[in-house]
Amino acid sequence: MKRFAIIIAALLATPAAAAVIAITGGTVATAVGDTIIPNGTVIIRDGRIAAVGTGLAVPAGATVFDATGKYVTPGLITAMSDLGIVEVEGVRQTNDSGARQSPFSAAIDVTPAINPSSPPIAINRLGGVTRAIIGPSATSEIFGGQGAIISLANSPDILMRGQAFQLIELGEDGARAAGGSRPAAWLNLRNGFAEAQRYARNPAAFDSGRDKDSLIKRLDAAALVAVVEGRVPAVIRAERASDIIAVLGLRKEFPKLRIILIGAREGWLVADKIAVAHVPVITLPLYDLPDAFETLASTRSNVGRMVAAGVVVALGMTDADSGSQPRNLPYFAGNIVAQALVPGGAGLTRGQALATITRAPAQIFGLTDLGTLEPGKRADVVVWDGDPLELTSAPTAVFIDGVSQPMTSRQTLLRDRYRDLAPGALPLQYPK
Amino acid sequence: MMRKFVLVGLVLLAGCATKAPPPKTAGAKPAEIVAVPLDPYPSTYRAYPGVTTVIRNAIVFDGTGKKFSPGAVRLENGKIAEIGAEVTIPAGATVIDAGGKYVTPGVIDIHSHLGDYPSPGVEALSDGNEATSPARPEVWAEHSVWPQDAGFSRALAGGVTSFHILPGSANLFGGRGVTMKNVYGRTAQDMKFPGAPYSLKMACGENPKRVYGSKGQMPQTRMGNIAYDRQVWSDAVNYKRKWDDYTQRAKAGTAKPTDAPRREIAGDTLMGVLNGEILVENHCYRADEMANVIAMSHEFGYKVTTFHHAVESYKIADLLAKEGICSAMWADWYGFKMESYDGIRENVALVDHAGACAIVHSDDPNGIQRLNQEAAKAMAAGNRMGFNITPEHAWAWLSLNPAKGLGIAAKTGSLEPGKMADVVLWSGNPFSVYSRPEKVWIDGAVMYDWADPKHRPMADFELGQPGAGDPK
Repeated sequence: MKRFAIIIAALLATPAAAAVIAITGGTVATAVGDTIIPNGTVIIRDGRIAAVGTGLAVPAGATVFDATGKYVTPGLITAMSDLGIVEVEGVRQTNDSGARQSPFSAAIDVTPAINPSSPPIAINRLGGVTRAIIGPSATSEIFGGQGAIISLANSPDILMRGQAFQLIELGEDGARAAGGSRPAAWLNLRNGFAEAQRYARNPAAFDSGRDKDSLIKRLDAAALVAVVEGRVPAVIRAERASDIIAVLGLRKEFPKLRIILIGAREGWLVADKIAVAHVPVITLPLYDLPDAFETLASTRSNVGRMVAAGVVVALGMTDADSGSQPRNLPYFAGNIVAQALVPGGAGLTRGQALATITRAPAQIFGLTDLGTLEPGKRADVVVWDGDPLELTSAPTAVFIDGVSQPMTSRQTLLRDRYRDLAPGALPLQYPK
Repeated sequence: MMRKFVLVGLVLLAGCATKAPPPKTAGAKPAEIVAVPLDPYPSTYRAYPGVTTVIRNAIVFDGTGKKFSPGAVRLENGKIAEIGAEVTIPAGATVIDAGGKYVTPGVIDIHSHLGDYPSPGVEALSDGNEATSPARPEVWAEHSVWPQDAGFSRALAGGVTSFHILPGSANLFGGRGVTMKNVYGRTAQDMKFPGAPYSLKMACGENPKRVYGSKGQMPQTRMGNIAYDRQVWSDAVNYKRKWDDYTQRAKAGTAKPTDAPRREIAGDTLMGVLNGEILVENHCYRADEMANVIAMSHEFGYKVTTFHHAVESYKIADLLAKEGICSAMWADWYGFKMESYDGIRENVALVDHAGACAIVHSDDPNGIQRLNQEAAKAMAAGNRMGFNITPEHAWAWLSLNPAKGLGIAAKTGSLEPGKMADVVLWSGNPFSVYSRPEKVWIDGAVMYDWADPKHRPMADFELGQPGAGDPK
């Protein structure tokens, strides 16, 4: 039965993906530089972008979406989130982001937890988010485990890449997880990497001669091999300037390490060093409070200053803050543009800001066929009823791999049910 | 009414010659009526000096739903003196040509924990929840407020001119909330909004039952929440009855000061609610629980002023309109706990559309900096479902309605003449993501200017720290 269902789903999906779609008349922001194409056309064929430009002929038989007066952008990509692995943060049965009681750490892999039916996927898709990096949270160890990359398509098959990176907590949270201090966290880190190297040299001999109560289990060491060898990036949390510098120094000991910084609230103080190290950053641009001793220099100019120094910055949900929903990425990006207005502040152009939620996350995670509207790329396209970074704008159509997505969610159903409270023939819980 | 320990004896003596003899008291001493002090920690706030200022050639939202375009406002003696398409420009007035920029009343956040949960968020400064008993009406948020919270300056840069600091929601009765002006002081009393009523923070739902249920104490369930609440209210009614009875007898000269009931600090707050002097600000997410609370308020004879968070207000917007209860809401928070599962972006607009009082609140030291942006999202969600909500109407969610929810609407919340000159000049449309406050006036004084470091405050905590002085 199960196999049969999957075949039917494939048959249903194929015609839509194979269809030719033309999105015409919109203001197209390609996320390639600051390029804006007025009255542009985007042509989609077989789930890929076939052409983008002005005055393009609509192919015969194409389904035409009139985007006159609207804006067209690539699908948004959140550079970090818990979409699909957390439904209700405070309800533990639906929260698979961390496992305080688990004896494992680096080996933990979020992949089997991903639930395509989780309502936040549809809710955030309605906000124009088409792809998400999914990260675990580190709770009892500095190694949080292995993250994944998903599509937000309305489909049972949304996993794009499992074991996509290792999440590592340093700074204050890492210190706490490691038993109480930064030095302990760094010892855990070096111990983990050293054990991984030992495992890689001879997996069969891994257990001989080890401390009985070694902190790293065989599976954890195995999971860290790809990290130390640079085949899988390490997404490392560091906020304080001195912590960031220490992280950048890791490559002296582990030269193949591919570091992605997450957090980096004081990144602007050492932006030149981050840029020289070619280390990209995942952060949010609105934090400006000294809300921890490791974030004293927080400023809304952080992203602007890092980008000016040459750092590739993508926006992602760096913590479980209720205001930080992937569907709000455009507003985070828009606020970076506004920060340029503030005397003494630093921001980005609209094109640069759009890149932080499209091109940059794709680049950081090697999603080479996503993130811009260019021929050959996967056709993740969003049509907006106004400037995509504006608070009052929203998507009117979302395409993922060229497939038009449903524009409903639990939330739109609730809205429609309670729109009219006048007593009816039956309670509201009955279908209308 | 029970006021201070009022010594009315002298007054009575002075009136002896012409009036009936005073009631006899023990030992024929002057009668003394003991009363519960209403304001023992009074505001020491003083407005800073401003100059007569005219902002003209602006687009003005007045906070009551009106727009003036072109519009002008005159600030004089700390008050709004005039508003209109043009206003009189007195000799010597500072004139600002806004060049088509926007002017609004200052933003008022009805739900903040600044100062009680300040930056940095370390345990030593975590002072928002006295989670030692489900009922702690005796604690006052103002006694936790740390006036050196950097968050005040960030909120100011977001156009916030007043806010209400509440205790947290661990308890059914969290304690008293306090309304403050967003002007740094050396003490919390320096920041207190003069003449603003107190509030009692209450909470229903998951938090109290989790905090105490996990300790094996009552309440462990929602029915436990209400049962506990009702006993506290019943005891409060009893406390009030004792004071009313004593006061009546004292006034009649048949009670001595030693007959006064023992003061219970918790009871004072609850009695203040029953006497209509203290407002109830009730944390509550679910529609069915709000309805339970409304019924309970009828049972004991008090009024809920505002439901806070209220993510399901849209399910009972008609009831809230009928009861005259405000809802203080986020634009789009949902799903972080079970009772927020049904949050929708149209909540604010649906409440407003039903004719109920809608407020956009933050409950967050980051969110408080951009309440204008939250209102913009909520407005847009409503308009997409076919409502016709104008920006000038939606501004009431940020100023006049929270002022109503705090009992200070006669003093601030709109740009009507005679009200406090709490005003923001924005760099553009405040419902655009690309706009920021340029200048903020509080009681007519410039307290923030994005272009002038001398008008950007910095809390003690930030002095000498990395990033100090950055415009943030």
